[in-house]
Amino acid sequence: MLTYATRRLILSIPTLLFISFVIFMLLQLAPGDPMAQVPLTVPPEVKEKMRQALGLGEPPLVQYWKWLVQVFWTEPKIFIDWLTRDSFLLGWLPDTALYQGELRVISWQTRSPVMDIVLQRIPQTLWVVGMSYIVGVLIALPIGIYSAYRQYSVFDQAGTFITMVGFSIPPFFTGPLLIVIFSVYLGWFPSIYDTTHEVRDWASFKYQLQQMIMPVMVLALQTTAQLSRYMRASMLDNLNQDYVRTARAKGLSESIVVMVHVLRNSMIPVVTVIALGVPAIFGGAIITENVFKVNGIGQLLITALFANDLPMVMTLTFIFAFLIVLFNLIADILYGLLDPRIRYD
Amino acid sequence: MTEPVPSSPAPIEALKDKGPQAPPRSKWRDVWEQFRKHKGAMLGAFFLIFITLGVLFGPYIWTLDPQALDIRSKDMRPMYTAIWDSSAKTGWNHPLGSDQLGRDNLAQLIAGGRASMAVGWAAMLLSLIIGTGVGVMAGFFKKLDGPLMRLTDLFLSLPILPLLLVAVTLFRQPLRANFGPEGGMFILIVTVVGITSWMPTARIVRGDILAIKEREFVLAARSIGTRPFQIIKRHLLPNVLSPIMVSATLGLATAIITESALSFLGVGFPSDFPTWGKMLADAVARMEDFPERVMLPGIAISLTVLGVNYLGDGLRDALDPRIRGR
Repeated sequence: MLTYATRRLILSIPTLLFISFVIFMLLQLAPGDPMAQVPLTVPPEVKEKMRQALGLGEPPLVQYWKWLVQVFWTEPKIFIDWLTRDSFLLGWLPDTALYQGELRVISWQTRSPVMDIVLQRIPQTLWVVGMSYIVGVLIALPIGIYSAYRQYSVFDQAGTFITMVGFSIPPFFTGPLLIVIFSVYLGWFPSIYDTTHEVRDWASFKYQLQQMIMPVMVLALQTTAQLSRYMRASMLDNLNQDYVRTARAKGLSESIVVMVHVLRNSMIPVVTVIALGVPAIFGGAIITENVFKVNGIGQLLITALFANDLPMVMTLTFIFAFLIVLFNLIADILYGLLDPRIRYD
Repeated sequence: MTEPVPSSPAPIEALKDKGPQAPPRSKWRDVWEQFRKHKGAMLGAFFLIFITLGVLFGPYIWTLDPQALDIRSKDMRPMYTAIWDSSAKTGWNHPLGSDQLGRDNLAQLIAGGRASMAVGWAAMLLSLIIGTGVGVMAGFFKKLDGPLMRLTDLFLSLPILPLLLVAVTLFRQPLRANFGPEGGMFILIVTVVGITSWMPTARIVRGDILAIKEREFVLAARSIGTRPFQIIKRHLLPNVLSPIMVSATLGLATAIITESALSFLGVGFPSDFPTWGKMLADAVARMEDFPERVMLPGIAISLTVLGVNYLGDGLRDALDPRIRGR
């Protein structure tokens, strides 16, 4: 298992390098010019100097190499510095001071380091997306279990129909729909997610909950729809197995048979599906974040795209790719750990 | 003394067949019978056919130009609002109302459906062709298996929606210049959606081909000297038709949703060219006053995708010989 994990870990490095190279080369084709907004009165030689300052004078391969160095060497150093200086967990360690003022990936929009902006945006995304994923999983699993246990019952039929509907309605329709119903007609929840809101007391916590409910519901509907289908299918596969009959025959109670014997075996594929769904939910959150004006990383990507901010787009897309590769790896390793019948070696 | 054994034993009475019990049945008739039992799938299929016919022939029945501005009758409400609000501005000249520029909603819905369905079908066909091609190649030719499956894994680890957005914003200008605003966008969206959604089909097809390739009839075909491409065409492809059909329905659903999502985010078709996603996106700003402008395209997208998904569910059941006949 360990050798398999190491091998996969090593294999993922060339994959990530290749993906980043493809994204970089794709972005090289971009027709936009970062100097387009500079006033026309600026003389061309000054413009050329500004271009050099943005790192655009070099050939593409050198630019790519510099980006790699900045992302994989400079940024980790800054992260370690931050860990040992300010963080709660490792702050007791002596300050490492690895970062010596090297150039970082700079956003063309704000001229500030891309990673700083990303780190500002990640908490909002994690709050909304992470919460919605947890809610979705918590709803999906009981529905899947019960509708498999009572196959073809009214509950199962209704559950299947609802998951099919949840599967089919796109988030850019459910979002506005919820806004019309709950913000406009009922006035229960705010239609815009206020990022500057701070949780200080009970009332502000309540407000935070209120503004989170709708985006979380929209995202959770998608998660629930997919996961409960998987859960149901996986439970159905296991419910007719011989070991279930054995468990019943030796006199175990029905709840133990279903909740321990069947559920544990059915969870094996479902856990990997849950792991695989994490990066997808980040991608899907782009639309939801746009609808509810959550300024997370999805919205950051959209604004960066429209503003032709290539370093930002490059880094964000790479982060998404990194998440996908990482969670693929986690899913495969989890599968091997949970199911001793799987042998990777 | 034993009785002489009759030279040819008479058949046991109970086991005698007086001819075939049932007339022979073709496979596709069985599939159809099973498919008909799935009510959701039948409904989905009917709705898909209805929508397709509606967007194909709708412009000939409802001949209003979807882009014609009629500023005098702008912001009309749909006819059904008159049921509870008699003072609402309604009229039979715009049965589903009109938008803030006086464009007819029904004509826009039909035109938008045309665009969405065309993109959906074309992108689905493209991704099917790529996926089946890659899957068959990888499954049939051992040498290609490794590289092609690595490629599939690589594509699977690309972040699809961000890359779609990147590609669409980057290549919009050159394609528009070459093929016109609508044609260029159509080609771009179809290609981009097709290229980024073929991987599941390729994986399924490869798995099936790997299993079928080892069967005796392929060996027989090979032994009489059939060329590899003939084997693929005559013996392998018909046998993997059912997973391909199922993934075709899934592909159609994702293609329609992806196109609408792109239009919704504002990177789709040009602003005067109606699609369902764009109608929805344009209407969101005024949905307090005119909720129907969000509801109509949204319901159209959702029902179409729901219908396609149910169709896929039914097809999967009908094409699976283990379930069929139960």
